[in-house]
Amino acid sequence: MNAQYSSSEMMTIAASRLLQNGQVCFVGIGQPSAAANLARLTSTPDIVLIYESGTIGTKPDVLPLSIGDGELSETADLVVSVPEMFRYWLQGGHVDIGFLGAAQIDRFANINTTVIGDYNNPKVRLPGAGGAPEISTNCKEILIILKQSSRAFVEQLSFITSPGFMEGGDSREEAGLTNKGPVAVITDLGVLEPDPVTKELVMTHLHDGVTVDQARESTGWDLKFADHLQTTELPTDEELKVLRDLNERTAKAHAGAE
Amino acid sequence: MAKITTLKAAVSELIDNGDSVALEGFTHLIPYAAGHEIIRQKKQDLTIIRMTPDVIYDQLIGMGCVRKMIFSWGGNPGVGSLYRFRDAVEKGWPQPLEIEEHSHADMANAYEAGAANLPFATLRAYIGCDLPKYNRTIKQIECPFTGEKLAAVPAIRPDVTVIHAQQADRKGNVLLWGIVGVQKQAVLAAKKVIVTVEEVVDKLEPHANQTVIPGWVIDAVCEIPGGAFPSYAQGYSTRNNAFYQQWDVIARDRETFSLWMERHVLDTENFAQFKDSIGVRSVA
Repeated sequence: MNAQYSSSEMMTIAASRLLQNGQVCFVGIGQPSAAANLARLTSTPDIVLIYESGTIGTKPDVLPLSIGDGELSETADLVVSVPEMFRYWLQGGHVDIGFLGAAQIDRFANINTTVIGDYNNPKVRLPGAGGAPEISTNCKEILIILKQSSRAFVEQLSFITSPGFMEGGDSREEAGLTNKGPVAVITDLGVLEPDPVTKELVMTHLHDGVTVDQARESTGWDLKFADHLQTTELPTDEELKVLRDLNERTAKAHAGAE
Repeated sequence: MAKITTLKAAVSELIDNGDSVALEGFTHLIPYAAGHEIIRQKKQDLTIIRMTPDVIYDQLIGMGCVRKMIFSWGGNPGVGSLYRFRDAVEKGWPQPLEIEEHSHADMANAYEAGAANLPFATLRAYIGCDLPKYNRTIKQIECPFTGEKLAAVPAIRPDVTVIHAQQADRKGNVLLWGIVGVQKQAVLAAKKVIVTVEEVVDKLEPHANQTVIPGWVIDAVCEIPGGAFPSYAQGYSTRNNAFYQQWDVIARDRETFSLWMERHVLDTENFAQFKDSIGVRSVA
């Protein structure tokens, strides 16, 4: 086993393991894209990756910087218009997993990518919704990936951009949502999963070397831990090699366009 | 019928102060040259519409051309914030910016409704999302057949849509391919249309199902090679990701931004000169 790896690499690798071969995955840019492509290059070669720019079944050799890099359309099975993407493919019910990042998250896996502070007089104006609200409600299941810190894992969101379990319990179903919602939140410290009844996020895995106190201090609410808290399996040599090669190719490609 | 003309003439004749203008493009084929010409001509009081406002909208906002922005994701893709957009929203510089914010699915549907000459679009959206609390144009309706609650949003009908494409022929018929975004819908939804192209050719040779927009729904076609820089035109150029990263530094500070815009956009005559002035001719 390889003991030399970063927490960011561990996060990407842990997330990649939650994808399954044959799934159709709607991929957000950044961390979700890194994890989904790592999965495609290791354990799930037949995964179908979709980016909201309209590229379906894309197989990029380097990670895209933007959601619409040429690499995505040149390696796609098909490229469709953006209205077709959202209407037929996403709303049409053809996507198994929506894979999202976030700026902030609360205990019920609601996410904020819109604004910090008052909407009309914001402290920090974030980019906004993009495709996320409808990805979160039209895919069968959702994975969320972000680094765990008390600034990102907050007691109260300023703004809910994309619903997780809303107020918890059955509130998601009562609001009329019929999909499963978030099934896991993967961080640089471990993995959180919703409690089957309350829907509150519970820390079920810690990555090797991470302590309970560390996870608690990095969370803005009173974090709960699973009774059988597990340690994430260490990255394999293959996972690390493939991820590092991918990152190296990517850095080279993006620096090349001077 | 499309007139093949200069970008200077097209922007001057077709875009008025106070117009709603959609310069569409989903990462690919973004009409940067046209955005610069709007800035050079100091258009004012515009409502700018776009799903993914990026660096060119940051420039329009920072240069004081814009009163309102209708959008669904405003960032520097893969890099971070649009600092001029943030400064306008957070601090009102150089002037306050009204925003009307949607999701991508909403805007894609709303453009399609505009193209279809419908008053509104309906979609399965916004449950559990706070946007409808702040954007009163997003309503909920009931399906007359099943009773399902659906979102309804007004159609987008820009005064002017501007897009960039790979090719036009001498009659002004336009061909584009690759990531085609929402451009066809935005063109058909608009009252007036400007298209910049990589090149004007004698004859278009589209593959089956490539997007062709006939010249008779376009007002002006302008040949601007590399006119999407730092975005790209598939088959002609690649996305200049390094520029998007550099923009993060240029736009962060008001003075740096203003000097950069003055030197490279206001003090140049056209897009070719702009690219010369920042030294990128070799990659465009």
